[in-house]
Amino acid sequence: MKPHFFAPPRLSLRFFPIWRRHFLVWRKVAATSIIGHIADPMIYLLGLGYGLGSLLPQMGGTSYMVFLAAGTVCYSTMNSASFEALYSGFSRMHEQLTWEAILNTPVTLDDVVLAEVLWAATKSLMSGLAVLAVACLLGLTHSTLALWLIPLALLIGLCFSGLGLIMTALAPSYDFFMYYFTLVVTPMMLLCGVFFPATQLPPFWQHVSSVLPLTHAVNLARPLMNGMVPPDALIHVAVLLAYASAGFYVSLVLFRRRLSQ
Amino acid sequence: MSVVLSAQNLRKSYAGQKVVDGLSLTIKKGECYGLLGPNGAGKTTTLRLMLGLIEPESGSLSLLGFDVPQHAREARLRVGVVPQVDNLDPDFTVAENLLVYGRYFGMKENEIKARIPKLLEFANLTHKQDVKIPTLSGGMKRRLTLARALVNDPDIIFLDEPTTGLDPQARHLIWQRLRELTAQGRTLLLTTHFMDEAERLCHRLAILDHGRMVAEDSPRTLIAQHIEPQVVEVFGEGVVQWANSFAAQFSRRFEVSGETAFCYVNDAQPLLNHLEGHAELRYLYRPANLEDVFLKLTGREMRE
Repeated sequence: MKPHFFAPPRLSLRFFPIWRRHFLVWRKVAATSIIGHIADPMIYLLGLGYGLGSLLPQMGGTSYMVFLAAGTVCYSTMNSASFEALYSGFSRMHEQLTWEAILNTPVTLDDVVLAEVLWAATKSLMSGLAVLAVACLLGLTHSTLALWLIPLALLIGLCFSGLGLIMTALAPSYDFFMYYFTLVVTPMMLLCGVFFPATQLPPFWQHVSSVLPLTHAVNLARPLMNGMVPPDALIHVAVLLAYASAGFYVSLVLFRRRLSQ
Repeated sequence: MSVVLSAQNLRKSYAGQKVVDGLSLTIKKGECYGLLGPNGAGKTTTLRLMLGLIEPESGSLSLLGFDVPQHAREARLRVGVVPQVDNLDPDFTVAENLLVYGRYFGMKENEIKARIPKLLEFANLTHKQDVKIPTLSGGMKRRLTLARALVNDPDIIFLDEPTTGLDPQARHLIWQRLRELTAQGRTLLLTTHFMDEAERLCHRLAILDHGRMVAEDSPRTLIAQHIEPQVVEVFGEGVVQWANSFAAQFSRRFEVSGETAFCYVNDAQPLLNHLEGHAELRYLYRPANLEDVFLKLTGREMRE
């Protein structure tokens, strides 16, 4: 590790043509991508919502379906950002050498990594919007406060894009990402109150849950979907912002090291 | 003539291994300068240092008047790069690849679009402009990569082994295009391990080995300075015994490599007369070329 790897990020608008490139590639496959964004959370929402929901008439003061909808927006956003930052990001960096091509032009690695974070967050925003739209169509939310889930989805996206890019910067190959999904993403889905309230967990796991970013996302999303201002909203937002900034910075340092080889 | 690129005493090592070891060179406007060297000689690392993509441990670099790496970004506005491995965008068409790449230079949309027809014509790809990259041949991809390197109308173009993996027809077309670029007054810096490529294209070249420059001049001067003018390659059954007994008598210098004896001579006639008496041996009589210089200076052993 050399000192200049730790320099603060130099952000500039030069990220935009790179973000736009990712968007143009996505637009070519948009139809299948949108179906994927909607189908996966729909299956969970309807399958668990109707199946499990019929056994659990109430959870947290609402129907199980409403309870689940807020969690689904959050985990679906997390999944989407993680997949984009890990698999697609690795492909652009390592397989297709897109980064190498871009870095020969007057942009810097900081621009490239910023574009990756913002693009993965954009995709996760689309994913969150899709689930939110489905929840509205199913009549699971009626409050205008639910519109706050749109900026929230972007924030969750930034958070998990940054964290995911740390793995991408360290990955020797695609196989490495299995660890992240089985050891980080899936446990978070189960510990952070997506399917059941985290208060059901044993005390130790409640402590673990309380520091995980997805918990803070769910704690914001669920009251908003039910038309309430979330308690401790600023703390939750601050935690998500902290994870997002730390993820971006650490991944940038690691990418600087990796690409200096 | 003005200096486009100047490097002084560049050093770079990876894991304790010196990859670039005190390299200094100067490239003037309008010249085609070649970096020759066996695999692992430090050619690609040198290019990456010059583009400011990696930092040297010591030494100074100036590219188009900008200090590198401090102001590499500004310098790269006026540089085109043809990388060793194709990194075109496989999801885009030929024309889209040029458009998207131009945007990275901050060029205006209509400015790029106005250049695309000329670039496609230069690359002989006008008829392929709406085709996706995976359907292109290797030669077409290289031509598109070259056209992409010209999208910003660069003053200097870096080419890292531009014709590796191409068939002879495709290679000749690339050579023709590179000569057109130097005729337009652009400066080229290319790495290669094809001697005929370097001999045809380069005004001046440097031979690198183990990260150091071992010779630098025009191809013609290098041949004249480092090697006897004539070469007789002798091969066939019993060539090793023949070489051990006779080669030194007839040549100023000789080398046996595999099944061939390379005899370097000022006057080949006595050796050719002698070989008439050895019907079991075959030979090739030719003027010395850059490959002879290269092998003399970098040795014949494999670099792996």
